[in-house]
Amino acid sequence: MSFIPVLIGTVAFAILAPVIGCFLAGLDRKISARMQGRVGPPLLQPYYDVRKLIEKDDVTVSGVDGVYMTAALVFTAFAGGIFFSGGNLLMSAFVITMAALFFIMAAYSSRSPYAEVGAGREAIQVMSYEPMVLLMAVCFYLASGSFMVADVFRGSVPVICYTVPAFIGFLFILTIKLRKSPFDLSTSHHAHQELVRGTTTEMSGKTLAKTEVMHWCETVLFLGWTGMFFLWGNPVSILLAIVVALLAWFLEIWIDNNFARVKWQAMLKWAWVVALVAGGVNIVVLMGFMF
Amino acid sequence: MGFASKSPWVIHYDASSCNGCDIEVLAALCPGFDVERFGIINTGNPKHADIFLVTGSVNDRNISVVKQIYDQMVEPKVVVACGTCACSGGIFHDCYNVLGGVDKAIPVDVYAPGCAVRPEAIIDGVVQALGILEEKSKALKESKRRA
Repeated sequence: MSFIPVLIGTVAFAILAPVIGCFLAGLDRKISARMQGRVGPPLLQPYYDVRKLIEKDDVTVSGVDGVYMTAALVFTAFAGGIFFSGGNLLMSAFVITMAALFFIMAAYSSRSPYAEVGAGREAIQVMSYEPMVLLMAVCFYLASGSFMVADVFRGSVPVICYTVPAFIGFLFILTIKLRKSPFDLSTSHHAHQELVRGTTTEMSGKTLAKTEVMHWCETVLFLGWTGMFFLWGNPVSILLAIVVALLAWFLEIWIDNNFARVKWQAMLKWAWVVALVAGGVNIVVLMGFMF
Repeated sequence: MGFASKSPWVIHYDASSCNGCDIEVLAALCPGFDVERFGIINTGNPKHADIFLVTGSVNDRNISVVKQIYDQMVEPKVVVACGTCACSGGIFHDCYNVLGGVDKAIPVDVYAPGCAVRPEAIIDGVVQALGILEEKSKALKESKRRA
């Protein structure tokens, strides 16, 4: 993994991902509203929200949560840069987890009971999805012969041909990674839950704006991971990958609107069962092919 | 128009009384009125909110709660008193424990009367509040620039 492409990728991601992520978030609000029989806010509503948050007064409980959130943003951009410059998928997964850890630290730093419950739950969410992310990366390696994302373009068939179970498992934990209902345990965008804001309880103004932007970037990165499965030597596959990523986003919105929040025990249990069954079976079969 | 009035997030507190206005506030968020069209979100967290919707009158038990929610909100912020009880104490004004309207506890920017307050009146009150929010936002920016 050379340094220069990653650096260029990171800068490009830091500029483009918030723009795309903002549109996706606006689309989410709009589609969610239509699913509920409402008109919904303008498409650019998430942008207005963040601009307003930046204009708010600076008030903070701990004084360091803003620093932690900046670190989380930087690591998110770095993870996106690694992935979209065709770098190491495993490294991208590790770096984005680093961002999640900084987000947890930001929540813990306020010492507020609600934020601490949210931070604890966020940690359980990381614990739930991480096995499947790693197994997904291993399956990717076994199918394409490399952890490098750029190498998918050398394949004659897309990675999905060998990794259907792992892809389904990844779609399952994608809901946890995007913090959507039924797995929006740590923080929710809907004010009808037993714990509404959780991690972001004590955040306001610019710090809260940073969490929003981080969520936009995360969405773009994770949908990038989704699309990656459908890439091969043919450049047309990029179009297919984008279509699949958008379909996955629509599926997430549909799930978000149709399922009530589960308890963390159920989330952890099912995420690990799915990881072991989908990821495990896929790895065993692929290993069987190799030898 | 600035961004303050394009993304008004509300926090709603039901101080006391009959809950009629409380239900009307939630009705405003439902498909019939759908205030999310204007970017309004019911946040459930004072630190995220710009507009404080209070229903019901203030009494000795809840005055500290109303004050605390108001204090936790980040500037610029506005308060809308929803319903007659929140405006003046209403039918409960001479109860032994009732102190009066919300303005007995915190500064109120807009009074939206009605018993129960109609969702239209709430939306009207919030729209008026947006104008005040915009002014406060400008004033805050001015003071930041000078500092």
